[in-house]
Amino acid sequence: MTNIDSFNEYQVDVLKEIGNIGSGNAATSLSIMLRGRISIDVPDVRIIDVDGISNLLGGPENQVAGVLVLMKGDIEGMLLFLLEKSAVSHLLKGLLNEDLKSLDSISEMGISALLEISNILSGSYINALSQLLNYSISLEAPRIAVDMVGAILNYPASVFGMMKDELMLIEESFYSGDKSFKSNLLIMPEPASLDRMFEKLGAL
Amino acid sequence: MTGKQIVVGISDLNTAYSPDELISYALGSCIGICLYDKFQKIAGLSHILLPDSSTYKAVDNMKFADTAIKELISRMIRLGCRKNNLTAKIAGGANMFSWSGETVGDKNIKSVEEQLRIHGIPLLAKDVGGDYGRTVSICAETGVVTVKALTRGVKTL
Repeated sequence: MTNIDSFNEYQVDVLKEIGNIGSGNAATSLSIMLRGRISIDVPDVRIIDVDGISNLLGGPENQVAGVLVLMKGDIEGMLLFLLEKSAVSHLLKGLLNEDLKSLDSISEMGISALLEISNILSGSYINALSQLLNYSISLEAPRIAVDMVGAILNYPASVFGMMKDELMLIEESFYSGDKSFKSNLLIMPEPASLDRMFEKLGAL
Repeated sequence: MTGKQIVVGISDLNTAYSPDELISYALGSCIGICLYDKFQKIAGLSHILLPDSSTYKAVDNMKFADTAIKELISRMIRLGCRKNNLTAKIAGGANMFSWSGETVGDKNIKSVEEQLRIHGIPLLAKDVGGDYGRTVSICAETGVVTVKALTRGVKTL
């Protein structure tokens, strides 16, 4: 079975390419939603453990918005967006013209907007994956938790408890005008799905 | 605090002598199990991820409630604690994404309480469940357990 910490170079390239295509799609969707041109860098795909992700996002107690989307079908598993305050604030300003004081005080409209945008972004990445593999993958309705990043990461850790505690993170910077914000997306197929995926791509 | 602070990561455990303190950051569905011997002033903290090792090929004893509690007790006994003097306080076991039905947090709580019963260790206090993260620490000088949540402030057990 493929352990996520033992991806070979070719597998990492495949994952990066999926991340690239997905981010391109995501930027297009975001441009439409935020009514402005959004450009992106080449995404940074990392294989990283839970502590590494926490540290990248300001330490385990730092407050973030985590949006969870489950994948069903030919690939099963989950996607988890981790958005820091600056990203949430930029998205809500662009979508709803709302000023965000703190992550504790996201309005109900704001929560729906974040769920919707996560839905669309997840779709962008998953379409890239399903086209590449010729697989059918469906996404369940997203769920949100606004809390300590370490506590949010307990969820995937508990589901994938017996995998190596290492996860695939796509860090993506979006730019609009002189502003930029970053989304951090964890893509976590179940081990069996990951094997199937690499097998199909000839990367096992 | 005059002692040092020892961080206990996920699927890990450790012990401390007075005046040191043990801390686990940002527990979601995980549970921080604090054991204490007030005569020796020795504290133990186990940060478990999952309820039960028997459903897995256990490679990591400190990940599961059953095996981790057993391991923590034997380490504390090796340091000179008496099993009869150990007491417990626990925190964590949340349901971060508000799933319905029995969640991994619920299973963790149930398993930890059952294991403490099996070992005859009294559970003096708990702060478990809900849908929010917690940071838990235990002071080996006093046995006081502190639980911090982002929007709910700090409480002591």
